[in-house]
Amino acid sequence: MTMSRPDQHISKTAGDKTGTHLPTLRDYSLVGRESALAEENGLAAAEWYSVKIDRKVLKGLMKRKDGPAIRDTIIWFAALALSGAGGIYFWGSWWCIPFFLVYGVLYGSSSDSRWHESGHGTAFKTPWMNEALYSVASFMIFREPTIWRWSHTRHHTDTIIVGRDPEIAAPRPPDIKTLLLNIFALVNAWKGIQSLILHARGRLTPEEESFVPESERSKVYRTARIYIAILVAVVVACLAFQSILPAMLVGLPTLYGGFMTIFFGLTQHAGLAEDVLDHRLNSRTVYMNPLFRYLYWNMNYHIEHHMFPMVPYHALPGLHEAIKHDCPEPYPGTIAAYREIIPTLLRQTREPEYHVRRQLPSGVDAVPYNPGAVFKTAG
Amino acid sequence: MDEGWIDACGLEDIEPEDVIGFSHGGARYALYRTDDDRYFATDGLCTHERVPLYNGFVMGQIIECPKHNGRFDFTNGEAKGAPVCENLKTYETQQRNGRLFVKIA
Ligand code: FES
Repeated sequence: MTMSRPDQHISKTAGDKTGTHLPTLRDYSLVGRESALAEENGLAAAEWYSVKIDRKVLKGLMKRKDGPAIRDTIIWFAALALSGAGGIYFWGSWWCIPFFLVYGVLYGSSSDSRWHESGHGTAFKTPWMNEALYSVASFMIFREPTIWRWSHTRHHTDTIIVGRDPEIAAPRPPDIKTLLLNIFALVNAWKGIQSLILHARGRLTPEEESFVPESERSKVYRTARIYIAILVAVVVACLAFQSILPAMLVGLPTLYGGFMTIFFGLTQHAGLAEDVLDHRLNSRTVYMNPLFRYLYWNMNYHIEHHMFPMVPYHALPGLHEAIKHDCPEPYPGTIAAYREIIPTLLRQTREPEYHVRRQLPSGVDAVPYNPGAVFKTAG
Repeated sequence: MDEGWIDACGLEDIEPEDVIGFSHGGARYALYRTDDDRYFATDGLCTHERVPLYNGFVMGQIIECPKHNGRFDFTNGEAKGAPVCENLKTYETQQRNGRLFVKIA
Protein backbone atom coordinates (compact mmCIF):
# COMPACT_ATOMS: atom_id res chain seq x y z
CA MET A 1 0.00 0.00 0.00
CA THR A 2 1.02 3.54 -0.38
CA MET A 3 -0.19 5.52 2.54
CA SER A 4 2.84 5.91 4.69
CA ARG A 5 6.53 5.28 4.60
CA PRO A 6 8.74 3.61 7.19
CA ASP A 7 10.21 6.74 8.64
CA GLN A 8 6.61 7.37 9.61
CA HIS A 9 6.31 4.03 11.38
CA ILE A 10 8.88 2.74 13.74
CA SER A 11 7.01 0.19 15.77
CA LYS A 12 6.72 0.81 19.47
CA THR A 13 6.78 -1.75 22.23
CA ALA A 14 3.42 -3.34 22.76
CA GLY A 15 3.02 -4.16 26.38
CA ASP A 16 -0.03 -6.08 27.42
CA LYS A 17 -1.30 -4.59 30.65
CA THR A 18 -2.35 -8.01 31.91
CA GLY A 19 1.15 -9.26 31.42
CA THR A 20 -0.05 -12.35 29.58
CA HIS A 21 1.74 -11.33 26.39
CA LEU A 22 5.38 -10.61 26.06
CA PRO A 23 6.21 -7.11 24.89
CA THR A 24 6.79 -7.43 21.18
CA LEU A 25 8.84 -5.20 19.01
CA ARG A 26 9.33 -5.29 15.31
CA ASP A 27 11.48 -2.69 13.71
CA TYR A 28 9.79 -1.55 10.51
CA SER A 29 12.60 0.77 9.52
CA LEU A 30 14.58 -0.18 6.44
CA VAL A 31 17.92 0.23 8.13
CA GLY A 32 17.34 -1.65 11.35
CA ARG A 33 17.54 -5.12 12.81
CA GLU A 34 14.64 -6.60 10.83
CA SER A 35 16.15 -5.44 7.59
CA ALA A 36 19.23 -7.59 8.17
CA LEU A 37 17.02 -10.43 9.43
CA ALA A 38 14.93 -10.37 6.26
CA GLU A 39 18.08 -10.73 4.20
CA GLU A 40 19.37 -13.56 6.39
CA ASN A 41 16.07 -15.37 6.08
CA GLY A 42 16.03 -15.11 2.30
CA LEU A 43 13.02 -12.83 2.30
CA ALA A 44 14.65 -9.88 0.54
CA ALA A 45 14.20 -9.72 -3.24
CA ALA A 46 13.01 -13.31 -3.09
CA GLU A 47 11.07 -15.39 -5.58
CA TRP A 48 7.32 -15.17 -5.05
CA TYR A 49 4.52 -17.58 -5.70
CA SER A 50 2.79 -17.00 -9.01
CA VAL A 51 -0.38 -18.66 -10.24
CA LYS A 52 0.26 -20.53 -13.48
CA ILE A 53 -1.42 -18.84 -16.39
CA ASP A 54 -1.25 -19.59 -20.09
CA ARG A 55 1.22 -17.22 -21.76
CA LYS A 56 -1.22 -16.36 -24.57
CA VAL A 57 -3.95 -15.46 -22.08
CA LEU A 58 -1.51 -13.36 -20.06
CA LYS A 59 -0.25 -11.59 -23.18
CA GLY A 60 -3.82 -10.65 -24.04
CA LEU A 61 -4.36 -9.29 -20.53
CA MET A 62 -1.10 -7.32 -20.52
CA LYS A 63 -1.97 -5.51 -23.75
CA ARG A 64 -1.74 -1.75 -23.32
CA LYS A 65 -4.39 0.66 -24.51
CA ASP A 66 -4.77 4.42 -24.43
CA GLY A 67 -8.55 4.43 -24.82
CA PRO A 68 -9.80 3.42 -21.36
CA ALA A 69 -7.48 5.76 -19.46
CA ILE A 70 -8.11 8.69 -21.86
CA ARG A 71 -11.84 8.21 -21.32
CA ASP A 72 -11.45 7.88 -17.55
CA THR A 73 -9.09 10.85 -17.32
CA ILE A 74 -11.40 13.12 -19.34
CA ILE A 75 -14.29 12.13 -17.06
CA TRP A 76 -12.08 12.73 -14.02
CA PHE A 77 -10.95 16.20 -15.03
CA ALA A 78 -14.43 17.16 -16.23
CA ALA A 79 -15.88 16.08 -12.87
CA LEU A 80 -13.14 18.00 -11.07
CA ALA A 81 -13.85 21.12 -13.14
CA LEU A 82 -17.62 20.91 -12.62
CA SER A 83 -17.49 20.20 -8.90
CA GLY A 84 -14.77 22.83 -8.41
CA ALA A 85 -16.83 25.39 -10.34
CA GLY A 86 -19.86 24.53 -8.20
CA GLY A 87 -17.79 24.96 -5.05
CA ILE A 88 -16.60 28.39 -6.21
CA TYR A 89 -20.11 29.45 -7.30
CA PHE A 90 -21.70 28.50 -3.99
CA TRP A 91 -18.73 29.59 -1.85
CA GLY A 92 -20.02 31.27 1.27
CA SER A 93 -23.18 29.16 1.45
CA TRP A 94 -23.75 25.63 2.75
CA TRP A 95 -24.39 24.55 -0.83
CA CYS A 96 -20.69 24.56 -1.53
CA ILE A 97 -20.22 21.54 0.78
CA PRO A 98 -21.50 18.78 -1.52
CA PHE A 99 -19.51 20.25 -4.39
CA PHE A 100 -16.30 20.34 -2.37
CA LEU A 101 -17.02 16.85 -1.08
CA VAL A 102 -17.06 15.54 -4.64
CA TYR A 103 -14.12 17.71 -5.66
CA GLY A 104 -12.15 16.63 -2.59
CA VAL A 105 -12.66 12.91 -3.15
CA LEU A 106 -11.74 13.19 -6.81
CA TYR A 107 -8.69 15.28 -5.98
CA GLY A 108 -7.51 13.83 -2.68
CA SER A 109 -8.51 10.16 -3.04
CA SER A 110 -8.84 9.23 -6.72
CA SER A 111 -5.43 10.73 -7.34
CA ASP A 112 -4.02 7.79 -5.32
CA SER A 113 -5.04 5.19 -7.91
CA ARG A 114 -4.06 7.48 -10.82
CA TRP A 115 -0.66 8.03 -9.21
CA HIS A 116 -0.32 4.31 -8.72
CA GLU A 117 -1.32 3.08 -12.16
CA SER A 118 0.62 5.70 -14.09
CA GLY A 119 3.64 5.05 -11.85
CA HIS A 120 3.58 1.46 -13.09
CA GLY A 121 3.34 2.83 -16.62
CA THR A 122 0.25 0.73 -17.28
CA ALA A 123 -2.51 3.35 -17.33
CA PHE A 124 -1.85 4.37 -20.94
CA LYS A 125 -0.04 2.72 -23.80
CA THR A 126 1.72 6.01 -24.62
CA PRO A 127 4.60 6.64 -22.20
CA TRP A 128 4.34 10.45 -22.05
CA MET A 129 0.70 10.20 -21.02
CA ASN A 130 1.68 8.00 -18.07
CA GLU A 131 4.40 10.46 -17.08
CA ALA A 132 2.07 13.47 -17.34
CA LEU A 133 -0.62 11.80 -15.23
CA TYR A 134 2.01 10.63 -12.75
CA SER A 135 3.28 14.18 -12.22
CA VAL A 136 -0.17 15.70 -11.75
CA ALA A 137 -1.53 12.88 -9.56
CA SER A 138 1.62 12.85 -7.39
CA PHE A 139 1.09 16.49 -6.52
CA MET A 140 -2.60 15.96 -5.84
CA ILE A 141 -1.97 13.08 -3.43
CA PHE A 142 1.01 15.05 -2.06
CA ARG A 143 3.66 12.44 -2.77
CA GLU A 144 7.04 13.36 -4.11
CA PRO A 145 7.16 11.51 -7.42
CA THR A 146 10.72 10.21 -7.41
CA ILE A 147 10.79 9.15 -3.76
CA TRP A 148 7.48 7.39 -4.08
CA ARG A 149 8.35 5.73 -7.36
CA TRP A 150 11.27 4.07 -5.62
CA SER A 151 9.42 3.28 -2.43
CA HIS A 152 6.68 1.63 -4.46
CA THR A 153 9.26 -0.34 -6.40
CA ARG A 154 10.51 -1.73 -3.10
CA HIS A 155 6.93 -2.43 -2.00
CA HIS A 156 6.62 -4.69 -5.04
CA THR A 157 9.96 -6.41 -4.47
CA ASP A 158 9.31 -7.09 -0.79
CA THR A 159 5.59 -6.80 -0.18
CA ILE A 160 4.91 -6.65 3.59
CA ILE A 161 8.36 -7.97 4.41
CA VAL A 162 9.27 -6.25 7.68
CA GLY A 163 12.44 -4.20 7.43
CA ARG A 164 12.21 -4.10 3.64
CA ASP A 165 8.80 -2.78 2.58
CA PRO A 166 8.53 1.01 3.00
CA GLU A 167 4.77 1.01 2.51
CA ILE A 168 3.38 -1.08 5.36
CA ALA A 169 0.28 0.90 6.25
CA ALA A 170 -0.60 -1.05 9.41
CA PRO A 171 2.54 -2.20 11.19
CA ARG A 172 2.08 -4.32 14.30
CA PRO A 173 1.03 -3.18 16.73
CA PRO A 174 -0.98 -0.76 14.61
CA ASP A 175 -0.88 2.90 15.52
CA ILE A 176 -4.62 3.50 15.66
CA LYS A 177 -4.26 7.20 16.43
CA THR A 178 -2.17 7.75 13.31
CA LEU A 179 -4.58 5.71 11.21
CA LEU A 180 -7.48 7.83 12.46
CA LEU A 181 -5.63 11.10 11.88
CA ASN A 182 -4.80 9.91 8.39
CA ILE A 183 -8.48 9.68 7.53
CA PHE A 184 -7.82 13.32 6.69
CA ALA A 185 -4.22 12.66 5.68
CA LEU A 186 -3.06 14.74 8.66
CA VAL A 187 -0.04 12.72 9.75
CA ASN A 188 0.99 11.97 6.18
CA ALA A 189 0.72 15.63 5.18
CA TRP A 190 2.70 16.78 8.20
CA LYS A 191 5.44 14.22 7.50
CA GLY A 192 5.23 15.14 3.83
CA ILE A 193 5.93 18.79 4.56
CA GLN A 194 8.90 17.84 6.73
CA SER A 195 10.22 15.64 3.93
CA LEU A 196 9.75 18.42 1.37
CA ILE A 197 11.80 20.80 3.47
CA LEU A 198 14.54 18.21 3.96
CA HIS A 199 14.65 17.39 0.25
CA ALA A 200 14.52 21.03 -0.82
CA ARG A 201 17.69 21.46 1.24
CA GLY A 202 19.31 18.71 -0.80
CA ARG A 203 19.15 15.88 1.72
CA LEU A 204 17.50 12.48 2.15
CA THR A 205 16.77 10.40 5.23
CA PRO A 206 18.91 7.24 5.73
CA GLU A 207 15.80 5.21 4.90
CA GLU A 208 15.37 7.00 1.60
CA GLU A 209 19.05 6.56 0.83
CA SER A 210 18.43 2.81 1.10
CA PHE A 211 16.03 2.77 -1.84
CA VAL A 212 16.64 5.89 -3.97
CA PRO A 213 19.71 5.47 -6.20
CA GLU A 214 22.29 8.27 -6.38
CA SER A 215 21.43 9.05 -9.99
CA GLU A 216 17.83 9.90 -9.07
CA ARG A 217 18.49 12.16 -6.09
CA SER A 218 18.86 15.47 -7.90
CA LYS A 219 15.34 14.96 -9.27
CA VAL A 220 14.06 14.59 -5.70
CA TYR A 221 15.60 17.90 -4.63
CA ARG A 222 14.35 19.78 -7.70
CA THR A 223 10.78 18.50 -7.38
CA ALA A 224 10.66 19.32 -3.66
CA ARG A 225 11.53 22.93 -4.51
CA ILE A 226 8.80 23.03 -7.17
CA TYR A 227 6.22 21.64 -4.72
CA ILE A 228 7.18 24.24 -2.14
CA ALA A 229 6.93 27.00 -4.76
CA ILE A 230 3.40 25.85 -5.71
CA LEU A 231 2.31 25.71 -2.06
CA VAL A 232 3.75 29.17 -1.39
CA ALA A 233 1.90 30.49 -4.46
CA VAL A 234 -1.37 29.08 -3.06
CA VAL A 235 -0.73 30.77 0.30
CA VAL A 236 0.04 34.05 -1.46
CA ALA A 237 -3.20 33.73 -3.48
CA CYS A 238 -5.15 33.14 -0.25
CA LEU A 239 -3.62 36.25 1.29
CA ALA A 240 -4.22 38.31 -1.84
CA PHE A 241 -7.89 37.28 -2.04
CA GLN A 242 -8.29 37.30 1.74
CA SER A 243 -9.92 33.88 1.39
CA ILE A 244 -9.01 30.21 1.76
CA LEU A 245 -10.85 29.45 -1.48
CA PRO A 246 -7.59 29.05 -3.52
CA ALA A 247 -6.40 26.46 -0.96
CA MET A 248 -9.78 24.71 -1.11
CA LEU A 249 -9.00 24.11 -4.78
CA VAL A 250 -5.27 23.33 -4.60
CA GLY A 251 -3.59 21.77 -1.57
CA LEU A 252 -6.31 21.32 1.04
CA PRO A 253 -8.35 18.77 -0.98
CA THR A 254 -5.57 16.27 -0.25
CA LEU A 255 -6.67 16.57 3.38
CA TYR A 256 -10.41 17.09 3.34
CA GLY A 257 -10.91 14.69 0.42
CA GLY A 258 -8.34 12.08 1.40
CA PHE A 259 -10.58 9.78 3.42
CA MET A 260 -11.29 7.38 0.58
CA THR A 261 -7.56 6.83 0.11
CA ILE A 262 -7.29 5.20 3.50
CA PHE A 263 -10.71 3.56 3.18
CA PHE A 264 -9.63 1.78 -0.01
CA GLY A 265 -5.98 1.47 0.90
CA LEU A 266 -6.37 -0.36 4.19
CA THR A 267 -8.19 -3.18 2.44
CA GLN A 268 -5.03 -4.04 0.52
CA HIS A 269 -2.91 -5.68 3.21
CA ALA A 270 -3.93 -4.56 6.73
CA GLY A 271 -4.17 -7.38 9.25
CA LEU A 272 -2.80 -10.04 6.91
CA ALA A 273 0.44 -12.02 7.18
CA GLU A 274 3.87 -10.44 7.23
CA ASP A 275 6.98 -12.10 5.82
CA VAL A 276 5.32 -14.54 3.44
CA LEU A 277 6.37 -14.92 -0.19
CA ASP A 278 2.85 -15.34 -1.50
CA HIS A 279 0.59 -12.41 -2.35
CA ARG A 280 -2.46 -14.60 -1.79
CA LEU A 281 -1.61 -14.57 1.91
CA ASN A 282 -0.74 -10.91 2.39
CA SER A 283 -3.11 -9.12 0.00
CA ARG A 284 -6.87 -8.87 -0.37
CA THR A 285 -9.05 -8.97 -3.42
CA VAL A 286 -12.30 -7.27 -2.52
CA TYR A 287 -15.31 -6.94 -4.83
CA MET A 288 -16.37 -3.32 -5.13
CA ASN A 289 -19.20 -1.48 -6.85
CA PRO A 290 -18.61 0.25 -10.21
CA LEU A 291 -18.29 3.73 -8.67
CA PHE A 292 -15.63 2.56 -6.21
CA ARG A 293 -13.86 0.69 -8.99
CA TYR A 294 -13.81 3.87 -11.07
CA LEU A 295 -12.44 5.95 -8.19
CA TYR A 296 -9.94 3.24 -7.30
CA TRP A 297 -9.13 2.07 -10.82
CA ASN A 298 -9.69 -1.60 -9.98
CA MET A 299 -6.98 -1.75 -7.32
CA ASN A 300 -9.45 -3.81 -5.32
CA TYR A 301 -8.07 -6.71 -7.38
CA HIS A 302 -4.99 -6.46 -5.28
CA ILE A 303 -3.69 -10.02 -5.29
CA GLU A 304 -3.91 -9.91 -9.06
CA HIS A 305 -2.07 -6.59 -9.27
CA HIS A 306 0.80 -7.72 -7.09
CA MET A 307 1.19 -11.06 -8.81
CA PHE A 308 1.08 -9.58 -12.32
CA PRO A 309 1.92 -5.86 -12.16
CA MET A 310 2.14 -5.71 -15.94
CA VAL A 311 -1.60 -6.14 -16.32
CA PRO A 312 -3.27 -2.72 -16.66
CA TYR A 313 -6.12 -1.70 -14.40
CA HIS A 314 -8.78 -2.17 -17.08
CA ALA A 315 -7.78 -5.84 -17.53
CA LEU A 316 -7.69 -6.76 -13.83
CA PRO A 317 -11.25 -8.14 -13.74
CA GLY A 318 -10.24 -10.48 -16.59
CA LEU A 319 -7.08 -11.50 -14.75
CA HIS A 320 -9.16 -12.17 -11.66
CA GLU A 321 -11.32 -14.60 -13.63
CA ALA A 322 -8.21 -16.31 -14.99
CA ILE A 323 -6.52 -16.96 -11.63
CA LYS A 324 -9.27 -17.02 -9.03
CA HIS A 325 -9.35 -20.84 -8.93
CA ASP A 326 -5.95 -20.69 -7.24
CA CYS A 327 -6.66 -17.80 -4.87
CA PRO A 328 -8.49 -17.44 -1.57
CA GLU A 329 -12.16 -16.54 -1.72
CA PRO A 330 -12.47 -12.81 -2.57
CA TYR A 331 -14.22 -10.58 -0.04
CA PRO A 332 -17.78 -9.89 -1.21
CA GLY A 333 -17.50 -6.17 -0.43
CA THR A 334 -15.74 -3.46 1.54
CA ILE A 335 -18.04 -3.99 4.52
CA ALA A 336 -17.00 -7.64 4.67
CA ALA A 337 -13.36 -6.61 4.44
CA TYR A 338 -13.74 -4.10 7.27
CA ARG A 339 -15.59 -6.65 9.41
CA GLU A 340 -12.27 -8.45 9.40
CA ILE A 341 -9.84 -5.52 9.36
CA ILE A 342 -11.18 -3.47 12.29
CA PRO A 343 -11.30 -6.27 14.89
CA THR A 344 -7.94 -7.56 13.67
CA LEU A 345 -6.21 -4.20 14.03
CA LEU A 346 -7.75 -3.66 17.45
CA ARG A 347 -6.63 -7.10 18.58
CA GLN A 348 -3.14 -6.48 17.20
CA THR A 349 -2.77 -3.50 19.53
CA ARG A 350 -2.74 -6.10 22.35
CA GLU A 351 -1.42 -9.12 20.46
CA PRO A 352 0.88 -7.86 17.71
CA GLU A 353 1.68 -11.35 16.53
CA TYR A 354 -1.99 -12.00 15.68
CA HIS A 355 -2.96 -11.84 12.00
CA VAL A 356 -5.51 -13.19 9.58
CA ARG A 357 -4.50 -16.41 7.89
CA ARG A 358 -6.02 -16.54 4.44
CA GLN A 359 -7.39 -19.89 3.39
CA LEU A 360 -5.96 -21.11 0.10
CA PRO A 361 -8.17 -23.26 -2.10
CA SER A 362 -7.67 -26.89 -1.15
CA GLY A 363 -5.58 -29.01 -3.46
CA VAL A 364 -3.67 -26.12 -4.99
CA ASP A 365 0.08 -25.88 -4.88
CA ALA A 366 0.68 -23.65 -1.90
CA VAL A 367 4.10 -22.37 -0.97
CA PRO A 368 5.38 -22.97 2.56
CA TYR A 369 3.38 -20.64 4.75
CA ASN A 370 6.38 -18.80 6.03
CA PRO A 371 9.70 -19.83 4.56
CA GLY A 372 11.97 -18.77 7.36
CA ALA A 373 11.18 -15.52 9.08
CA VAL A 374 10.43 -15.77 12.72
CA PHE A 375 8.34 -13.26 14.60
CA LYS A 376 10.90 -12.48 17.24
CA THR A 377 10.09 -10.80 20.48
CA ALA A 378 12.00 -7.77 21.61
CA GLY A 379 15.29 -8.72 23.04
CA MET B 1 30.43 -22.49 -37.71
CA ASP B 2 31.99 -19.14 -36.69
CA GLU B 3 33.49 -18.83 -33.28
CA GLY B 4 30.97 -17.90 -30.56
CA TRP B 5 27.74 -18.44 -32.48
CA ILE B 6 25.26 -20.62 -30.62
CA ASP B 7 22.19 -22.28 -32.08
CA ALA B 8 19.57 -20.91 -29.69
CA CYS B 9 16.14 -21.94 -31.05
CA GLY B 10 13.96 -22.34 -34.09
CA LEU B 11 12.68 -19.09 -35.59
CA GLU B 12 9.11 -20.25 -35.05
CA ASP B 13 9.72 -21.05 -31.39
CA ILE B 14 9.18 -17.36 -30.67
CA GLU B 15 5.75 -15.88 -31.34
CA PRO B 16 5.66 -12.56 -33.21
CA GLU B 17 6.05 -9.65 -30.74
CA ASP B 18 7.20 -11.93 -27.96
CA VAL B 19 10.18 -13.16 -25.99
CA ILE B 20 11.49 -16.52 -24.78
CA GLY B 21 14.29 -17.52 -22.44
CA PHE B 22 17.40 -19.44 -23.36
CA SER B 23 20.18 -20.81 -21.12
CA HIS B 24 23.73 -21.50 -22.16
CA GLY B 25 26.85 -22.10 -20.11
CA GLY B 26 25.04 -21.23 -16.90
CA ALA B 27 23.89 -17.83 -18.20
CA ARG B 28 20.37 -16.83 -19.15
CA TYR B 29 19.41 -14.90 -22.26
CA ALA B 30 16.23 -13.40 -23.67
CA LEU B 31 15.43 -13.89 -27.35
CA TYR B 32 12.98 -11.57 -29.07
CA ARG B 33 10.94 -11.55 -32.24
CA THR B 34 9.28 -8.34 -33.41
CA ASP B 35 5.94 -8.35 -35.20
CA ASP B 36 7.82 -7.75 -38.48
CA ASP B 37 10.00 -10.81 -37.84
CA ARG B 38 13.26 -9.24 -36.74
CA TYR B 39 15.16 -11.16 -34.07
CA PHE B 40 17.21 -9.84 -31.15
CA ALA B 41 18.98 -11.21 -28.09
CA THR B 42 19.85 -9.67 -24.73
CA ASP B 43 20.90 -10.77 -21.28
CA GLY B 44 18.05 -12.69 -19.70
CA LEU B 45 17.97 -10.87 -16.38
CA CYS B 46 16.84 -7.34 -15.67
CA THR B 47 19.63 -4.95 -14.66
CA HIS B 48 17.50 -3.71 -11.76
CA GLU B 49 16.92 -6.76 -9.58
CA ARG B 50 17.96 -9.67 -11.79
CA VAL B 51 14.41 -10.80 -12.57
CA PRO B 52 13.98 -12.94 -15.75
CA LEU B 53 12.98 -10.61 -18.56
CA TYR B 54 11.69 -13.48 -20.68
CA ASN B 55 8.61 -13.54 -18.46
CA GLY B 56 8.03 -9.94 -19.41
CA PHE B 57 5.95 -8.21 -22.05
CA VAL B 58 7.04 -7.11 -25.51
CA MET B 59 5.58 -3.91 -26.96
CA GLY B 60 7.10 -2.96 -30.31
CA GLN B 61 10.81 -3.04 -29.57
CA ILE B 62 10.39 -2.57 -25.83
CA ILE B 63 10.65 -5.34 -23.26
CA GLU B 64 8.89 -4.60 -19.98
CA CYS B 65 10.20 -6.33 -16.88
CA PRO B 66 7.56 -8.37 -15.03
CA LYS B 67 8.63 -7.19 -11.58
CA HIS B 68 8.54 -3.38 -11.61
CA ASN B 69 7.63 -2.57 -15.20
CA GLY B 70 11.16 -1.34 -16.00
CA ARG B 71 11.55 -0.98 -19.77
CA PHE B 72 14.41 -1.58 -22.18
CA ASP B 73 14.74 -1.13 -25.91
CA PHE B 74 15.83 -4.67 -26.71
CA THR B 75 17.28 -3.67 -30.10
CA ASN B 76 20.08 -1.73 -28.40
CA GLY B 77 19.66 -2.51 -24.70
CA GLU B 78 18.86 1.05 -23.70
CA ALA B 79 17.21 1.43 -20.27
CA LYS B 80 14.18 3.67 -20.72
CA GLY B 81 13.99 5.12 -17.20
CA ALA B 82 13.41 4.33 -13.53
CA PRO B 83 13.50 1.82 -12.01
CA VAL B 84 15.95 0.59 -14.63
CA CYS B 85 19.01 2.79 -14.77
CA GLU B 86 21.57 0.42 -16.29
CA ASN B 87 21.47 -0.66 -19.94
CA LEU B 88 20.99 -4.28 -20.93
CA LYS B 89 23.72 -6.19 -22.75
CA THR B 90 22.72 -7.15 -26.28
CA TYR B 91 24.04 -9.90 -28.56
CA GLU B 92 24.24 -10.23 -32.30
CA THR B 93 21.78 -12.64 -33.93
CA GLN B 94 21.67 -14.44 -37.26
CA GLN B 95 19.00 -16.51 -38.95
CA ARG B 96 20.21 -19.68 -40.64
CA ASN B 97 18.01 -22.40 -42.12
CA GLY B 98 15.07 -21.62 -39.89
CA ARG B 99 17.18 -21.39 -36.74
CA LEU B 100 18.21 -18.42 -34.62
CA PHE B 101 21.90 -18.13 -33.78
CA VAL B 102 23.23 -15.82 -31.07
CA LYS B 103 26.83 -14.65 -30.82
CA ILE B 104 27.49 -15.14 -27.15
CA ALA B 105 31.28 -15.03 -26.81
S1 FES C 1 13.59 -6.14 -11.59
FE1 FES C 1 13.20 -5.39 -13.55
S2 FES C 1 12.39 -3.44 -13.22
FE2 FES C 1 12.86 -4.16 -11.29
